[in-house]
Amino acid sequence: MQGTLLLIIVAITDPPHAWIDLAKLPTLLAAVVALGVVLYTTYSKRSRERFKPREISGLRAVEDAIGRATEMARPVLYTPGWGGDIQRPTTIASMNILSQIAEKTAQYDCTLYYPTHDPVIQSVAQEVIRESYVRSGFAERYREENIQFVSTSQFGYAAAVEGMITRTKPAAVFMLGTFEAESLILAETANETGAIQIAGTDSTIQLAFFIVACDYTLIGEELFAASGYLSGDKAILASVRAQDILKVGIVGFVVVAIVWGLVDPGSTWWRF
Amino acid sequence: MGRRTAQIVCTVFGIVLFLLFFSSDPRANQLSLRITNDYWQVIAAFALIVGTVSYLKANLVAISRGKETLFRVAGLAGLIVMPVLAYWWGTGGGSPFLWVFENVQAPMQATVFALLAFFVASASLRGFRARSVPATVLLLSAALILLSRTALDATSSSTLAAVSDWFRNYPSMAARRAILIGIGLGSLTTSLRVIVGIERTWLGGGK
Repeated sequence: MQGTLLLIIVAITDPPHAWIDLAKLPTLLAAVVALGVVLYTTYSKRSRERFKPREISGLRAVEDAIGRATEMARPVLYTPGWGGDIQRPTTIASMNILSQIAEKTAQYDCTLYYPTHDPVIQSVAQEVIRESYVRSGFAERYREENIQFVSTSQFGYAAAVEGMITRTKPAAVFMLGTFEAESLILAETANETGAIQIAGTDSTIQLAFFIVACDYTLIGEELFAASGYLSGDKAILASVRAQDILKVGIVGFVVVAIVWGLVDPGSTWWRF
Repeated sequence: MGRRTAQIVCTVFGIVLFLLFFSSDPRANQLSLRITNDYWQVIAAFALIVGTVSYLKANLVAISRGKETLFRVAGLAGLIVMPVLAYWWGTGGGSPFLWVFENVQAPMQATVFALLAFFVASASLRGFRARSVPATVLLLSAALILLSRTALDATSSSTLAAVSDWFRNYPSMAARRAILIGIGLGSLTTSLRVIVGIERTWLGGGK
């Protein structure tokens, strides 16, 4: 800690080097514009009031899936995949969805299993689920032993979750997070047990497997919008609106770059 | 109080790491590496203890209740035996640790990985049924790519390979990049929500 503080002090008081990497300047400008748009839409009251998100079928199905599990007296299984750690925005987005799902399983008195490959994720998930159970008013239904660290090994994790799905036969399986080769192993095993599967990941390769094997798949930014969608929090939903505004901006930029490239094939200003 | 401190630490480190990324100063890179690597390893080391205790607890409770005893005992045996072997005989070539790794753990992992081949076939069978126009297009594209990657194409012509490459490099890549832009924007807004404290679920929720 002392070393880090010393580094910060020396870097501020003795700056012989260039502070800003000029090669990264366009990226910095784009990041600042993006941050400005996100902050404006989030904190602008007008923006908050006007935004209504479109229907996302995968998220609309969450309540039905938990309801079905409750009616069948079978558990719900939620896993964040093997590929991520707590530093990834995808894992944070997954935690946000977990919080909403845990609140519903607490209300419906439905068992929730959460196997993970990472002890840090396990600790955070325990806290998130415990808090959700307390918030819903059913703290006594919380079972710490159902939130398990299984293995850091990819196929050790896959085998453990596969075994858990086969033995507990969950009626709903949520696979939301960063997945790698284990995605199809888990999705197909859950399909064989007759579970409703809702999946979402930031890996475009694994998305193809999920689309083929699962009932509902959250594609791209839908995974990140889920927290606001499920909770109805206006500040979070407003930041989702910022994503759409930025997307329109990027499409506009791409169109301009294409036209510019056709008119002047030698130009490269748009490449950064 | 604890949550407020955690949020302040998150906000400060989020802003500092963002600024450090755009600096060309070597000390900035050094600082960035120290924060992301060294501090992270300290957290991960403590978390591993928490994970191991949780694993032990979950399995011992299940064994005491007589639930799924056999494989839980096998799991616990692995957890105890492997560190003992590594401690007494080391992890180098010819050590018992390496023998167990190569002859027990690696084959088990390969077995689970091998299941993927069968699952790909069963998932494809469901996914590629030509029930609608988009599903038929998907089926034809898949068949084309599959044929272009077999020995059949080598004996005919390279046209199939060229068409297959066009599919992968243009329509498929365009769709992939569109999804990646969405994921990038989603990551940006999620990170910002966490840094400014709008999103606090990772702290256990609440306002």
